[in-house]
Amino acid sequence: MPGRIQSIERAAALLRLLSGAPQGLSLGEISRTSGLPKGTALGILRTLQHVGFVEQATETGHYRLGGGLLSLGSRYLDGNELRTRALNWADSLASLSGESVRIGTLHEHQVLVVHHVFRPDSSRQTLDVGSLLPLHATSLGQILLAFDPIASTPDLPAFTRHTITSPDTLAERTEAIREAGWAWEADELVEGEMSVSAPIQDRRGITVGAIGVRGAVERLRGDDDGPDREKVSYVRDAARAISRELGATPF
Amino acid sequence: MSQQYIAAIDQGTTSSRCILFDRDGRIVSVDQREHRQIFPKPGWVEHDAKELWTNVEVVLQRSLQKSDITPDQVAAIGITNQRETTVVWDKETGEPVYNAIVWQDTRTDDIVRELAADEGQDRFRHICGLPLATYFSGPKIRWLLDNVDGLRERAERGEVLFGTIDTWIIWQLTGKHVTDVTNASRTMLMNVHTLEWDDVVLEALGVPRAILPEIRSSSEVYGEARGYLAGTPVASALGDQHAALFGQTCFDPGDVKGTYGTGTFLVMNTGTEAIHSENGLLTTLGYKLGDEDAVYALEGSVAVTGSLVQWLRDNLGLISSAPEIETLARTVDDNGGCYIVPAFSGLFAPHWRSDARGVMAGLTGYVTKGHIARAVLEATAWQTREVVDAMNADSHIDLTTLKVDGGMTADNLLMQILSDVLDAEVVRPMVAETTCLGAAYAAGLAVGYWPDVETLRANWHKAAEWNPKMDSAKREHEYHNWKKAVRRTLDWVEHEDADHGDKV
Repeated sequence: MPGRIQSIERAAALLRLLSGAPQGLSLGEISRTSGLPKGTALGILRTLQHVGFVEQATETGHYRLGGGLLSLGSRYLDGNELRTRALNWADSLASLSGESVRIGTLHEHQVLVVHHVFRPDSSRQTLDVGSLLPLHATSLGQILLAFDPIASTPDLPAFTRHTITSPDTLAERTEAIREAGWAWEADELVEGEMSVSAPIQDRRGITVGAIGVRGAVERLRGDDDGPDREKVSYVRDAARAISRELGATPF
Repeated sequence: MSQQYIAAIDQGTTSSRCILFDRDGRIVSVDQREHRQIFPKPGWVEHDAKELWTNVEVVLQRSLQKSDITPDQVAAIGITNQRETTVVWDKETGEPVYNAIVWQDTRTDDIVRELAADEGQDRFRHICGLPLATYFSGPKIRWLLDNVDGLRERAERGEVLFGTIDTWIIWQLTGKHVTDVTNASRTMLMNVHTLEWDDVVLEALGVPRAILPEIRSSSEVYGEARGYLAGTPVASALGDQHAALFGQTCFDPGDVKGTYGTGTFLVMNTGTEAIHSENGLLTTLGYKLGDEDAVYALEGSVAVTGSLVQWLRDNLGLISSAPEIETLARTVDDNGGCYIVPAFSGLFAPHWRSDARGVMAGLTGYVTKGHIARAVLEATAWQTREVVDAMNADSHIDLTTLKVDGGMTADNLLMQILSDVLDAEVVRPMVAETTCLGAAYAAGLAVGYWPDVETLRANWHKAAEWNPKMDSAKREHEYHNWKKAVRRTLDWVEHEDADHGDKV
């Protein structure tokens, strides 16, 4: 078994040191506190700076923890937070498209519905926040498969005769979605229903969820076989607006 | 003919907004601008009335430009506003004689105490529906007359004008000096039965009638705008909570809306008769459409709801953002026996106890931060229940549906708990901007953009709905415990502590 690597241990010690000093520390202070010679400390700090884990304040020259480190720990976006930020945009998507809206995030190998807005008509509908949908048979899930490297699905059960059950077909589909930047499916989860979705990204460009509309094929279908272009643009606009919202405010 | 829209101006406590709505009641364009909060002394809050007007002009113009809408496409302008905030200005020059005194400002504390003297807080309640309190405009006018050099004389000579913010904006837009019944109902100066300025109250407060605007309905053409939207009818005015009631299409007696923000405002439509509350609620105007009979309302507010969540975030650090309260609360199935009554500055409706202070009750070694988060959400629900019970008792109508809006409605768990403790359906409308929507609706009705309230009702769509899932035995048991916790808040502030913030 290989031994421990001293420089990594030292780098970790410096990171720990900086985490206790939000205002930043000078090279001299870092050297004194850590007991490392200035030259050694500087080499480690420069390397950490290069990978984005440490940054140097322009005015004071002090070192502090960098943004790259913060993003490691906060990959997870709270679903309730996402709903709160998305509320107005999801409402206007439902209002413009005339269809029900759902926002989904990855939960193990499924889509967790974190927000649901009713279709704006007088029909009786039930809130399905908290329910789980299959990744491969919904456009919400296909977005996550295409844009979230962690998303995967161990098996591909059929829900209708149109559900994608072959891994190769699914790979082709997700490749096409990456290319287009949005997803749609018809009859793949429920016969007669179509869905259109687009990715929600945070300020680091990481896909944290997907927003989409779902409804009867007759209402959503456009002139060709695919969905109505206008409704696609509503979905993509809403996704972009929510992404902006997530980027605008640091959390 | 090109597409027509309604412009709704919302002049609020922290910002001014303008939203353009289309015929389906959908938002077409929004612009917003914040203004300065001026704090000259502890407890004093002012706005620069000229800045408010400038911002209103800017957001009005920008909301049109953002969506390439031309002034002739605006069918009418509606106004909703922060209530009670008081402006007095020179009739000739239009120059305010002092900053606008904001509703939260407590400088009229002494005036209010003096007026209450022997006859008590409820001295004018039978006339104006309100207890004597620092919020309302009447005492603020009195303060200005007493403290601004030469103002009383100028007021008596009719050289200055008073207005709440609706009046200030309408005057700037059209040159007309008018207010609507809902805004007038927050001055303490209007008789809620006759809908006219009341001589008894005017006399007692020493306010000359000459400075007061004409009281009009909430939905009629007050005049035509000048400036950028020259010729456009200015056709509605409603205080913010009244506009939200109207925007939520609470047109029938018994309809209730709840706006959940840092605090919560509950308003119930009680029909065409003013109901005097036996249970500590305020009697107020709902709205008045043109020549139709005025519609009355009961109002109850809860001081601490969303701000309790902020307290958990900022003071206790149990969560890092407000929405996380739901995540934390969902780590447990119930409150674990823990109840929080956030009587941070006393208990308001329906208790009105300034000697109460907050408690966290029922603690055992079993209670975790998840239980505390749950108790925080439940506190909002039980406080709502207490106000709703008071409304039901006063109106003899049982609530069946609560229409909610405001930031806290994003919390699905809270909405479910609310439905459970009220044993009623809770619905969130598709258009969350109910305040602006209400002002737009009232203006649109006045100019025939919408034919009738039935059309508006058809525009209203549910975005979400929650139904009670709690069995009644459990509900009664929990309510019983909540009431026990409330009793433990009482008598906390003793007389010598009275100066440490026991002002309600």
